[in-house]
Amino acid sequence: MTQDNHNNAYKFGMVIDLDKCTGCGSCMVSCMSENNVPFKEDESNKRDSITWMRVYKLTNGKSFPDTEIAYLPRPCQHCGGEGDHGHSPCVSVCPATATDYGYDTGIVSQIYTRCFGCRYCMGACPYHARYFNWWDPKWPEGMEKYLSPDVSPRMRGIVEKCSFCYHRYQAARDKAYYHGDKDHIKEEDYQTACTTACPSNAITFGDLNNPAHKVHQIVKPDPHPDPRNHHVVGKSRNPKVFRLLERLGTNPKVYYLSEREWVRKQGDHYLEGEWDKIKNHHGTTSHG
Amino acid sequence: MSELENKAKNDSTISAGEKIAQKIKDDKGLGQGVILFIIAFVVCFAGSTLLFPKLLYSKKEQPFNFDHYLHVYEAGDCEACHYLREDGSFSGIPKLETCMECHVEEPLGVTDDEVVFVKEYLAKDKEIPWHVYAKQPDCVFFSHAGHIDTGARMDFNECHGPIEETKTSRTYEENRITGYSRDIWGKNIFGIKKNSWDRMKMDDCAKCHKEETGHQGYCFQCHK
Ligand code: SF4
Ligand code: SF4
Repeated sequence: MTQDNHNNAYKFGMVIDLDKCTGCGSCMVSCMSENNVPFKEDESNKRDSITWMRVYKLTNGKSFPDTEIAYLPRPCQHCGGEGDHGHSPCVSVCPATATDYGYDTGIVSQIYTRCFGCRYCMGACPYHARYFNWWDPKWPEGMEKYLSPDVSPRMRGIVEKCSFCYHRYQAARDKAYYHGDKDHIKEEDYQTACTTACPSNAITFGDLNNPAHKVHQIVKPDPHPDPRNHHVVGKSRNPKVFRLLERLGTNPKVYYLSEREWVRKQGDHYLEGEWDKIKNHHGTTSHG
Repeated sequence: MSELENKAKNDSTISAGEKIAQKIKDDKGLGQGVILFIIAFVVCFAGSTLLFPKLLYSKKEQPFNFDHYLHVYEAGDCEACHYLREDGSFSGIPKLETCMECHVEEPLGVTDDEVVFVKEYLAKDKEIPWHVYAKQPDCVFFSHAGHIDTGARMDFNECHGPIEETKTSRTYEENRITGYSRDIWGKNIFGIKKNSWDRMKMDDCAKCHKEETGHQGYCFQCHK
């Protein structure tokens, strides 16, 4: 009996092209049906709706004819925490270890049977990526048959969030085992539901550690800590790519791409004049 | 003189040894107490070992008896029915379709079970609603590919026991509260295990993972 956990560590992440995103919401729908996300009888009250993936509307705040709109899909950012050491905001507060950081994949888990619903993690998450189940899930009769057996449904009183479709990783790993190459999961074998559902191909998903993967090629993550802020690791060397609230040092694995400067500026809050100082700073190799 | 003072005076005049002797003599209930305690203990113990499991688990019979021994002999090996698919997923308990690779048209054999199988399921083209002893709770992801020949090269006996030698299907027991198979907690109500397959709780998985891989794994390794 031999096996080892010391396979090369993946660091799964995604980059979302906000210039391609039309705000159609396909990612949200596919995410919900893929992950057995329950819904309420009346979904008009959005405050307690569960949306692992949520599309936000951004605007440049200008009046006609200069108004511009962009849409920003927001899954869980799978934060690596300060210095990318796995101390994600949510993981570090959970008293039940119901959410942990997978050092083998970089994915932040959520274990429903372990969570007791204190909601500390919801308070800790800077991205509002976590949702509380106020009710037991109820599906219209017959609809249980459409649920995915690969994702366990949640009960009332616990928290859930995007898992980067982890069950698809599990399936890809099984396939890799079968083909005798368990350490090399193919890019096409593990793609999240939102990635595959997006009709405008705005989402690119893969291993940020693997230079052969498209996501790595677009993001070009800087392996060194940001010289201006050592908590930040993996800053993109692509000037068009940014992360949400990057300066916090949460080190999200979800990156955003836009040609438009006003869109990139919406990734954080800036004091007057601050943006101009940092907008050209892109990792250690460029000089901002 | 009050009673208390009297007592104190008396006490000071007799030795410690005498005091104890007197106490034991006074304590007529001691023998009865021990007996009562033993009886209560036996009742509780018997209750918890004999009665509690009956309360906790409901018994369910399989739709009909399945002879693993015969099938392994006839089919040659386990993989004839339980195999990995090309995408790495595990086939699990075979569907009727697999049974019909051999059991076509006429019954094979003359047992009562064969009659039930043919009449109730084959003829009606109905899947057999087996109770799965090894079924894990819904939140568990188990990778057969990672454990058998393609992965850790474990023997199926290590988790499933000597199933290939069984000629009958034992009664399936289901936890009334959780709905889980009794095989998860194990037959022994105190959780004592003698064989590696006696119990299949998370601790058992984690223990083996820790021993074999040096790490019990992150939550998502086995959860979904
Ligand atoms: S709600 Fe659940 S996952 Fe979040 S901190 Fe509390 S126990 Fe942990
Ligand atoms: S986005 Fe929120 S839920 Fe996701 S890892 Fe970061 S802190 Fe945790």
